[in-house]
Amino acid sequence: MNNQLVINEVTVAYGNVAAISNASFSLAEGEIGCLLGPSGCGKTTLLRAIAGFEPLTKGSVSLHGQSISTVKYTQAPEDRAVGMVFQDFALFPHLNVSKNIGFGLSKMPTKQRDDRISEMLALVSLRNSAEKFPHELSGGQQQRVAVARALAPNPQILLLDEPFSNLDAELRTQLAAEVRTLLKENKVTALMVTHDQDEAFAMADKIALLNEGKIVQIDTPYQLYHKPSSLFAADFIGKGSVINVGIDAAGILGNNLGSLSIQTLPKDLGNTVKLLVRPDDVIYEKTSDTRLPIISKAFLGPNYLYELALTDGQCVPCLTQSHIDIPIGETLPVRFDLRHVVIFNGE
Amino acid sequence: MIVAIPVLVIVASLGQPFSDAWQHLFDTVLSDYISNSLLLMAGVGFGTLLLGVSAAWLTAMCDFPGRKILSWAFLLPMAMPAYIIAYTYTGILDFSGPIQSTLRVMFGWSYGDYYFPQIRSLGGAICMLSLVLYPYVYMLVRIAFLEQSIAVLEASRNLGKKPWETFFLVALPISRPAIVAGVSLVLMETLADYGTVAYFGVSAFTTGIFRTWYGLGELTTAAQLCAFLLLFVFALIMAERWSRQRLRFHHNSANKKLVRMQLKGWHAYIALLIGCLIVGLGFVIPASQLLMWASSRWQENLNSEFLSLLFNSFSLAAITAICCVIVATFLAYTKRVFNSRLELGAVGVASLGYAVPGTVIAVGVLIPVAWLDNKIDFLSRVWFDIPTGLLLSGTIGILVFAYVVRFLSVSLNTVESGLSAIKPSIDESARSLGARPAQVLKRVHLPILRSSLLTATLLVFVDVLKELPTTLILRPFNFNTLAVRTYELASDERLVDAALPALAIVAIGLLPVLLITKSILNERASHE
Repeated sequence: MNNQLVINEVTVAYGNVAAISNASFSLAEGEIGCLLGPSGCGKTTLLRAIAGFEPLTKGSVSLHGQSISTVKYTQAPEDRAVGMVFQDFALFPHLNVSKNIGFGLSKMPTKQRDDRISEMLALVSLRNSAEKFPHELSGGQQQRVAVARALAPNPQILLLDEPFSNLDAELRTQLAAEVRTLLKENKVTALMVTHDQDEAFAMADKIALLNEGKIVQIDTPYQLYHKPSSLFAADFIGKGSVINVGIDAAGILGNNLGSLSIQTLPKDLGNTVKLLVRPDDVIYEKTSDTRLPIISKAFLGPNYLYELALTDGQCVPCLTQSHIDIPIGETLPVRFDLRHVVIFNGE
Repeated sequence: MIVAIPVLVIVASLGQPFSDAWQHLFDTVLSDYISNSLLLMAGVGFGTLLLGVSAAWLTAMCDFPGRKILSWAFLLPMAMPAYIIAYTYTGILDFSGPIQSTLRVMFGWSYGDYYFPQIRSLGGAICMLSLVLYPYVYMLVRIAFLEQSIAVLEASRNLGKKPWETFFLVALPISRPAIVAGVSLVLMETLADYGTVAYFGVSAFTTGIFRTWYGLGELTTAAQLCAFLLLFVFALIMAERWSRQRLRFHHNSANKKLVRMQLKGWHAYIALLIGCLIVGLGFVIPASQLLMWASSRWQENLNSEFLSLLFNSFSLAAITAICCVIVATFLAYTKRVFNSRLELGAVGVASLGYAVPGTVIAVGVLIPVAWLDNKIDFLSRVWFDIPTGLLLSGTIGILVFAYVVRFLSVSLNTVESGLSAIKPSIDESARSLGARPAQVLKRVHLPILRSSLLTATLLVFVDVLKELPTTLILRPFNFNTLAVRTYELASDERLVDAALPALAIVAIGLLPVLLITKSILNERASHE
């Protein structure tokens, strides 16, 4: 597969402060990527560098085999075939939906442009709102206009900057799935930026996790969740606690956590390890002898999320069905299922 | 509402029979009045648009050395009343002025050898008014530029538009409501202007009203002319209101981070040059000329007459300002407490004043007062056999009343915006903490409102000081103010002697400019 977008060791610095440094990433044609990370990690800067709004300090960006940004050359934003959906959608308030969508098509003959506009309107199911102005639309509709407007000139890549952050929480994942279907059906290469892992999981084929201006891991959503390569990734993605546990040569863990099979363990472990314990690694079992005191609990509707204290005081999460309702201070009988647990070197 | 009477009187005058004088006007000069006023509006509208939008764009969206200073210096011309800049430039540019004299000496020309644009013309009036009125457009459009989401401009670039296309296709249309609002304010001022057009001998509506009345002695016809002028004004008010409503839709949320375009090299020099040119022509050059004139004769002119002018102007302005603020506070509270439709309507009518030209208000005040005077005179003769003559006309009280009608809306707007900062929940929380209504006023409202009240007082004070046509028509016999004296001296071609009172007006006019500057600095801090 050809790489549609290649980011090669890109650094963008303001003065002496690098917002993003040495980032490398690529997307194949039709692939949907995501830059995920906490706020201030440099993900938006990287996106804006691809769009041509930020000059590079180091490295290069190329699109469809053509270099569009280097240290010496920054192709003007209007000259690169990059579509962008902005965080606040940035619809033109003085133009109606059709004219917003047609804004980037002014070089086309009128007939062709009108056809393209109706095609885009149909694509995002907004035929009936063609004459409306942005302020007359709901948030979800505005977002669809923004997507249609960005896709209308047939860009080689679509960039989405926190596209769902302005929408209601319950709409987000649903819309993310919708947008993904739309992009996949039209074989659009896309790269989105978000701080919300649910959105990233719902949208992306490939996620680059960023922290403090660096890409720390590039993986599929599944791998990122189950095989985080760093403590940061483990902590940022999903729920769970990282605990320090002693381990002996036979793989027996301290704190009565049971044992790990030595074959699966890295070779050079010390005598303590850090374990990432997900809520589904600690299983409620009525008959178990291991009873851990309940520190706190949260009702999540279908589930209870308990926080349990180990003998040395460190805490682990446990997810149970919500009818298993035991007061704080009492104990919960559990079994450890450590097959999927993630292990890091101690200290 | 007593304050609404003058406007109503003018409108009612249309119901009176049109006299022969009207027919005469119609046959001769009315078309001149209309076409000149329209040309003036078109010219000034275009001029202020050009100056105001460029100034706003440079200071809001670009960065270059000197930008910060320019962003407040652009407001300076507001301190310069149009009639003062008009006569100053006449002094500089006419045949005996320094420019033409120098040219003659340099090239050895004499009279008639060369072409020099005549400043005392319609074109000259357009230039003068544009130079001092563009800050209205600048202020409103600048805020619009600052508040527009930068992402919208980036979206346009992203969709393939060059920076200059982005300016014309996106930035300018988005700011259209602010532009319309600014230009309508400018046009209201243009219509209200009497000093400049009269001094330049341009027949516009305001000069026509004066001439009809003083020349032909036709008060009714003058009032009917006023009514026509009002039609223009109402159209402008509508435009302004409409655009303010549109303004609400044009707000983009989030991402207010402002990234200014960095101008480098000759781009920056050109930006700086344009800025200095605007401020120089609109303020620095005329102000220095006034200063030179005033300093050349200050010993003769700084006499007891000047002091009495100062005293007259200041006391008149102070009395009016206090009256305006009291009435405005009363109205604002009535509106807040009752909030009924009737009250809202009355407040709305009362706040029209500022849009209505001073000439119109003066005539509108004069007619009912003269009528009242005649009635009193008649009754007192019948009952007491004593002719009272004109009891009210030509008194300071009437002048103050006319000022209040004209400037009430200035104080009302300020007080209302101050009062709107006090949400009902603040009253409620004060009450629930045990304060009685009077205490709530004293301990909560007064401290919060104090700066608004002071601002309102200052704004009205300065406006009264600058106001020319109302004072000219309604002042008591032999009662002079700074504005009137400046105008009279300038009309008598004693330009140098006019400089001292003019300079006093400009200096005091700087106060509200400083005030606005301060609030602009605050607003800028919140944007950066």
